Amino acid sequence: MENRPHNHEFEFYGEGLPDVDLRELVGRLIVIEGADGVGRSTQVSMLKPWLESNGHAVLDTGMTRSALAGKGIKQAKAGITLGPISLTLFYATDFADRIENEMIPALRAGFIVLTDRYIYSLIARAIVRGLDPKWIKSVYGLALKPDAVFYLRTKVSDLIPRVLTSPTGFDYWESGMDIHLGDDLFDSFVEYQKRMLSVFDSMIDEYGFGVIDATQPIDAIYRNLQRQIGRLLRETL
Amino acid sequence: MYGDHQFPGKLFIVEGIDGSGKSTQLSLLQQWLKREGYMVFFSEWNSSPLVKETTRRGKRKQMLTPTTFSILHATDLADRIERHIIPPLKAGAIVLADRYIYTAFARDTVRGVSPLWVRELYKTAVKPTLAFYFRVPLEVSLKRILSARAGLKYYEAGLDLGLSDDIEESFKLFQGMIREKYEGMVDEFGLQVIDATRSIEEQQNEVRAIVERELGDVPKRLMTDYEFRED
Repeated sequence: MENRPHNHEFEFYGEGLPDVDLRELVGRLIVIEGADGVGRSTQVSMLKPWLESNGHAVLDTGMTRSALAGKGIKQAKAGITLGPISLTLFYATDFADRIENEMIPALRAGFIVLTDRYIYSLIARAIVRGLDPKWIKSVYGLALKPDAVFYLRTKVSDLIPRVLTSPTGFDYWESGMDIHLGDDLFDSFVEYQKRMLSVFDSMIDEYGFGVIDATQPIDAIYRNLQRQIGRLLRETL
Repeated sequence: MYGDHQFPGKLFIVEGIDGSGKSTQLSLLQQWLKREGYMVFFSEWNSSPLVKETTRRGKRKQMLTPTTFSILHATDLADRIERHIIPPLKAGAIVLADRYIYTAFARDTVRGVSPLWVRELYKTAVKPTLAFYFRVPLEVSLKRILSARAGLKYYEAGLDLGLSDDIEESFKLFQGMIREKYEGMVDEFGLQVIDATRSIEEQQNEVRAIVERELGDVPKRLMTDYEFRED
């Protein structure tokens, strides 16, 4: 523990979680954010073995993977039965379960928590669905401020070929079909992702995102992330 | 503070600790409103089919923390509001709810969740026309409940708080703490206090008289605009 620099202590965004002693959290929390299909999970799957080969223990996590709510959300989405507020809160349940039962224990044990998306995607989805930004941000006051957020930034025109060539094609929810933004999946996808990107862009300064141009080749993005994460760990661990 | 609504319908809710008799009173109110010719819908705490399975899994495996317990119940209510409460209110019907946001405020803050945060969490909830709080001394409610009940459940008894290893003792302590939270909310939310030590009939007469004052413009049948029309 004595290796922990005095300048590193986690904070919550808002009211926080009960029974968490922030001084015990000695790991690092790194977030990869960005639109659907921008290549976040590819990067996470490359970064994890790299960090491990450098001797760091890594927990990788992502949305709807909680033991508690992951299954329920998937079932509810498959049935297309969720209203915007319930969807938002169901995601918050999933997030809270993962932060309390996965991320915080891992941070306590000195892991590097590498998360594919964080509260920003969830906040953006809620805002695009017309919910009050102030409200959803205060709900996510339970979240820890990460050590770094890397935002893989792209344009809608670059997302389209990726979705077209993906095995599953256009997804109902990733196209925002639940909020009727277009007559078909394609039109709705374009409009929905456009709105998502504009909300993401508006969060760059607010949350201090490190912006990475996601139109570059995978390798170039990877090297960029390696460089920045490497520096972060050298400076603070 | 919460969403005031302009819907033609009315939302009446009951709150109180276990054994306060609130469910009995609500069911008697429902019978009366139906007999009077109103369209009445009933919504129960923690009953959304969408969220139920997740809640059941969490409770069975005792994997809920105060925070996930809280958000899961908020998800449940949000689903019921979107699905079962707002549509009847828009149609000019009366909705009765057994427990509402105040149950969450009381229970979750006893479990250590931030009072400010949990009030934010439920901010999208429709504000009830009237919220009845059935006030009863702890000894009275405990006598009612512990003599009638087969067995207390883990979360219901607040065993997750570690107040006592004895389930009945834990339940008593937990209920006492919840009661204090309710008392603190009477002024904050303008809860309509009913003295629940009186006879069932006396309480019901008072409840009906109070509800009746709110029913002036409520139609006794669904409004024609919303009636089903065959094409």
